[in-house]
Formats: sequence, structure tokens, C-alpha cells
Amino acid sequence: MPEVVLEVPASPRYLHLVRSVVAATASVDARIAPQRVADLRVVVSEAATNAVRAQERSGSHDGVVIRCHLDEERLEVEVRDRGSGFDEQTLPVLPAVETPDRLQHESGLGVPLMRILTDEVEIRSGADGTSVRLAVRIPGTGSLRDRTGPASR
Amino acid sequence: MQLSVHAVSVREVTVLALDGELDLVSAPVLRQHVVAEVAGGRRWLVLDLTGLTYLDSAGIGQVVAALKRARSHDGDLQVVVPEPRVRRVFELCDLDRVLPLHRTVAEAVAAVERGPSPGRARA
Repeated sequence: MPEVVLEVPASPRYLHLVRSVVAATASVDARIAPQRVADLRVVVSEAATNAVRAQERSGSHDGVVIRCHLDEERLEVEVRDRGSGFDEQTLPVLPAVETPDRLQHESGLGVPLMRILTDEVEIRSGADGTSVRLAVRIPGTGSLRDRTGPASR
Repeated sequence: MQLSVHAVSVREVTVLALDGELDLVSAPVLRQHVVAEVAGGRRWLVLDLTGLTYLDSAGIGQVVAALKRARSHDGDLQVVVPEPRVRRVFELCDLDRVLPLHRTVAEAVAAVERGPSPGRARA
């Protein structure tokens, strides 16, 4: 199975490289539309941003590892860090957009964006780090849950 | 890819035109420009994102922070986002419903000059 593996230092300066490699990998399959590739750039960068922040907080000198796995049915990207982990249940709930408090929240949009823009998100986190697995179905296949794209919210 | 910010004055409004990528790396560049403008008394701002090639939640957070800074100094901020892919990120976060988004700089400058955006006092 074709796999692209990239390990980068846990620094924001490498986010552009991460986005570029994942987008280039997705572009290998012409069935993945340019908009889908653009979405992947965003979600992978969100995951890598969280990974970099987690490792900065923990003081770890390990790299952040990105694995892209492309097959006939889907593209799967895993972003793994060696930070101190987190509990998704503890993330703040964003207020409804109609409320005045909505603009008080400048962060917390990354995980919601991942869930909107991919077909599957799996987050495993523990004391030895976090793994975020993002998967998108390749059009014309039915391997993931039946939806037409990231328009569902 | 770096972010460059170019400031142009249109009467009392400062238009900050962004070129490049707005993410965790470049967000502080935008912050520095906004802080300097507001500290200098230029609190009526337009962020022109026409030249952005990439935007994610870290960048959006900085745009929201800029809006709050301008409003906390009795100013205002409007955003120009004509590029569909960049605009889409705002829309997916539902922020198009609380942030004034425009398709042209002229439209945004006119909106700033018209006065406070709805909900400004509550931000």
C-alpha cells in the first residue's frame, strides 16, 4: 500500500511543508477534486498545529510524524505527536453564533473544522501523545459512511 | 510562505492588505500591524484578504482578535474576502454571521465609514 511518511520538528515553521506534502500526495489521485485537496490542507494543518502546540507545552524534542496512506478507496492521514495528550471532552463548547459571546472565542475551531471537512476523524490521546487520523473517501467508492462531501455540518 | 501586510490609508480608514498564508506562523505578523495601527489612533480598519492563499483557524482567530481590538478602542473592522476557498473557512465556522465580510475594498471602506456594525457594542 502506498504510504508517504514525513517527520518534522515540532515547530510552526514546518506547517507549510506539512500542508504541501499532504496536498501533493492527495493530488496524485486525479479523482480527488481540487476543493477536497484544499480542505485537506486545512484539516491537516489544524491537526499539525495542535500537535506542535502540544509538544511545545510538554517540552518534548520529538518530531511530529505525518503518515499519508492512499489507496483505491480513500486517503487517510495520521498526525502523531508525543505531547502530553488532551481530552476532547474538555474542549470548550463554542457559543451559538447569535450570542454576543461568540466573538470572545478566538480558538477552538480546529477540531470542529476537521469534523466538518473530512469523512472520518479519530482522535486517540494519552500520556504518551496524541494521534489524529483523518480520512476522506475517494469519489466513486463507498468505503466510508455515505455522504456526498464536507457540506454536511 | 511568508505573510506580507501592506497598509494604505483611505481617508480615515486604514486598509491592511494581506498577501500569502495566514496561519499559526504568520498570525503574529497581522497582530503586530493591528496593534500598531490602533495604538497610533487609527482604529477604523479594513482587512483585505484578497491576496491570501491559505487561511486556517489560527488565522481566523487573529482576525477575530483584530476585530475585538478595534472595537475595544471605539473603532471598527470590516473584512474583504472575495476568494471562495478562503471565504469558505469563515462560513464553515459560522463566522460569516458575526463578522462583516465584503467582496471589495470599496464596499468594506464604505461600511466602516457608515458607522458601527450591528452588534458592535456587544463584542
